[in-house]
Amino acid sequence: MSAQLQSRREFLKQFGGGIAVFVALGGDLPVLRRAAAQSHSVPTDFNAFLRIAEDGRVTCLTGKIEMGQGPITSLAQMMADELDVAYEMVDMVMGDTDSCPWDQGTWGSLTTRVFGPVLRAAAAEARVVLLELGSEELRVPIARLSAKDGVIFDRGNEQRRVTYGALAKGKRITRHVTAKPELKDVSQFRIMGQPMLRRDSLEKVTGKARYAADIRLAGMLYAKILRPPAHGAKLTKVDTSGARSVAGARVIGEKDLVAVLHELPDAAQEALDRVEAEFDVPPSAVSHENIHEHLVSVAPEGDVRARGGELDKGRRLAGRTLETTFFDSYVAHAPMETHAALARIEGDKCTVWASTQNPFGARDKVARAIGFSARQVRVITPFVGGGFGGKTSNLQAVEAARLAQAVGRPVQVMRTREEEFFYDTFRPAAVVHIRSGIDDSGRITFWDHEVLFAGQRGAEHFYDIPHHRTMARPSGLGAGRSAHPFAVGAWRAPANNTNTFARESQIDAMAAAAGADPIEFRLQHLKDPRMIRVLKAAADRFGWTPAPTPSKRGFGVACGIDAGTYVTAIAEVAVNVRSGEVDVKRVVSAQEMGIVINPQGATIQMEGCVTMGLGYALSEQVRFRGGQILDTNFHRYEIPRFSGLPKIDTVLVEANDIPPQGGGEPAIVVMGGVIANAIHDATGAHLKSMPMTPARVKAAIQEA
Amino acid sequence: MAASISFRLNGERVRIRVDEERKLLWVLRTELEQTGAKYGCGRGSCGSCVVLVNDKPIRSCMAEVGSVQGKDVVTIEGLAQGEQLHPLQKAFIEHDALQCGFCTPGMILTAHGLLRLNGNPSREEIKKGMDRNLCRCGAHTRIIDAIESAAAELHNEKSKT
Repeated sequence: MSAQLQSRREFLKQFGGGIAVFVALGGDLPVLRRAAAQSHSVPTDFNAFLRIAEDGRVTCLTGKIEMGQGPITSLAQMMADELDVAYEMVDMVMGDTDSCPWDQGTWGSLTTRVFGPVLRAAAAEARVVLLELGSEELRVPIARLSAKDGVIFDRGNEQRRVTYGALAKGKRITRHVTAKPELKDVSQFRIMGQPMLRRDSLEKVTGKARYAADIRLAGMLYAKILRPPAHGAKLTKVDTSGARSVAGARVIGEKDLVAVLHELPDAAQEALDRVEAEFDVPPSAVSHENIHEHLVSVAPEGDVRARGGELDKGRRLAGRTLETTFFDSYVAHAPMETHAALARIEGDKCTVWASTQNPFGARDKVARAIGFSARQVRVITPFVGGGFGGKTSNLQAVEAARLAQAVGRPVQVMRTREEEFFYDTFRPAAVVHIRSGIDDSGRITFWDHEVLFAGQRGAEHFYDIPHHRTMARPSGLGAGRSAHPFAVGAWRAPANNTNTFARESQIDAMAAAAGADPIEFRLQHLKDPRMIRVLKAAADRFGWTPAPTPSKRGFGVACGIDAGTYVTAIAEVAVNVRSGEVDVKRVVSAQEMGIVINPQGATIQMEGCVTMGLGYALSEQVRFRGGQILDTNFHRYEIPRFSGLPKIDTVLVEANDIPPQGGGEPAIVVMGGVIANAIHDATGAHLKSMPMTPARVKAAIQEA
Repeated sequence: MAASISFRLNGERVRIRVDEERKLLWVLRTELEQTGAKYGCGRGSCGSCVVLVNDKPIRSCMAEVGSVQGKDVVTIEGLAQGEQLHPLQKAFIEHDALQCGFCTPGMILTAHGLLRLNGNPSREEIKKGMDRNLCRCGAHTRIIDAIESAAAELHNEKSKT
């Protein structure tokens, strides 16, 4: 029997009666082909996206996870609307690898725009099944039937009706989505498009919401793991006798994993503190002070990502050219919940509760580490306390599983804040080099954008520039990893924050050179109607009046595109020229994201993006010496606080003719550029490095 | 040193035998199953672990369990009166004043302490009072809205009685 069939049988055993709709990976939907191509493990063909139980309740099963960004609400809206059931009748099961369909991971603002259509297709398919069953039951042709709130009725005689629950009773029906099903048009939406409050708030305000470190099992032990003082350090000598002297402590010493386990987490930490270890720390001259020189010197060749016209011609046409190098620092994810996992091994089954953005990736990694097959490992994702791209490597899940295997009891690994910073996959430090020019009429004639180490996302500009080139060295994050003294990875809208900061700063410098108003200058260089609408919407809400920059008003603007969504931010700042401190007074954030599934959730993501973006713009950077991380807690690494909060005003630009686009990341990409441009407008100083700390602002003002 | 410590936890008397120097956070989370108090930083910098001790918000990652001997400890699990949510809890729901929810217990209990000292705070006073609590998702604006609206409701409740 194939693994797939076996899995399906297991699934059906669990599922009992009712109706289930499967999505056959590799079917006609391109997204499914893509998912199947990326899936390295079974199953590829058995999981359900939804089931309708005999009581009429609908369970939506998804490999996506809830980390605050809100799919627990928006996916339920999609399911309920396509299926014609009440929103309250939908239950969400998320990120459980034994019952949910395979998913690559929750990132890239893919949930709504890529996964959403698949989920809706499954719901639409289920609705077809129900109509067929209803037609048989009521002896009425399908064409005469309608569905509403989980009831099918005859439009000619509404007394003839049957509930979904009654139709599901005693049935064991499974269906596959293979062809492209009919999805509802926006005009038919009743639940999608409505602003919905989060559906998990009650648990979260009462303390009932469980995160990975909140799960308790009988006999569980808490593990604390010996960590090196710096990345690249080798353990040369270890003496665990001190730890062993702590009552109740157990020590596990494998060559790459030395851990102390105890029934109390703080006792485990105390015991670990008694482990004496020596490390060989490799010398390194790289630090946060010279990292950009280092990166420039080791940057590999790259790819031309976009090109148009002839750069040389553009250069010749330019009356004035401007060449600027921009710098970005390492930035931490710093979710409030540190990485945690609890692993239990019973016989040949390992169950791991993990804070992760990709439970299926965690499952495969755990399986490899403990010598199990993927099917013998189940990863359950409880609520995740923030991710932002940082909870994808799943090392804590692997550590918990290995230790559980070693001691034969359930083991929890929860990182300390110091470990969280140390093992974070930082947003990479990066360098962007832009050369551009304008002619005497104030039009940009050429644009040459070269990005080192950030990656290419957001590097390609959207302005109307006849001669241009976009280079990324290397082209993606992965190819440049070895240049960094520690791990780097995707951070909310990877690469785009860096690229947009550089591009929008340079655009403003061009506007200043042309003596133009920054918004009018942008509009003169825009043909894309989506961007024009968003920019105008932001300007209207802000109450922008044109003036050449710097106008001394402290107004800045920046535009960007991310995950298919168009965004503009306009900010007002006041700069203390003596201290260099920047007070952000207000930010207008406008975005067009196609059809909006949950306007409330979309607005909240925009507010979150604005707030979080002020961190990388103004204060956040990871300082280090070689592989040693110097900023490992919140007293040194400054994330945004209440006191720095501006007034935030959001605008969602309606675009119901465009399919839903991403919402978790786009509004953050413009925050560096908008603050840099507002500082320039206030002071005449161009900030070229992020974060724009008071010292840097002060220095730039003195230079200007 | 192991000692017998007794205090009220969410209205109920508890007595445990425990090393009195242990941090309250770990005792609450491990022995007393109050996992609503979260570990965020371990040095009092983030506010995720805030609980009320005699109505005052304290950072349980810094407080020794011995320090609550004979006192009244309230965690987020004990803030509602049965099914009746506290006005702050209601306001956080109504304003969507949370995303991942990890900082939420500490936010609500810190706000509880703030409103006890100042029943009618301005937005600036709320920002100041909440400034040592960190939220990474960026729910700040809505948290301020929620605290303002809870303050108004608490004020109304008081004027009714």
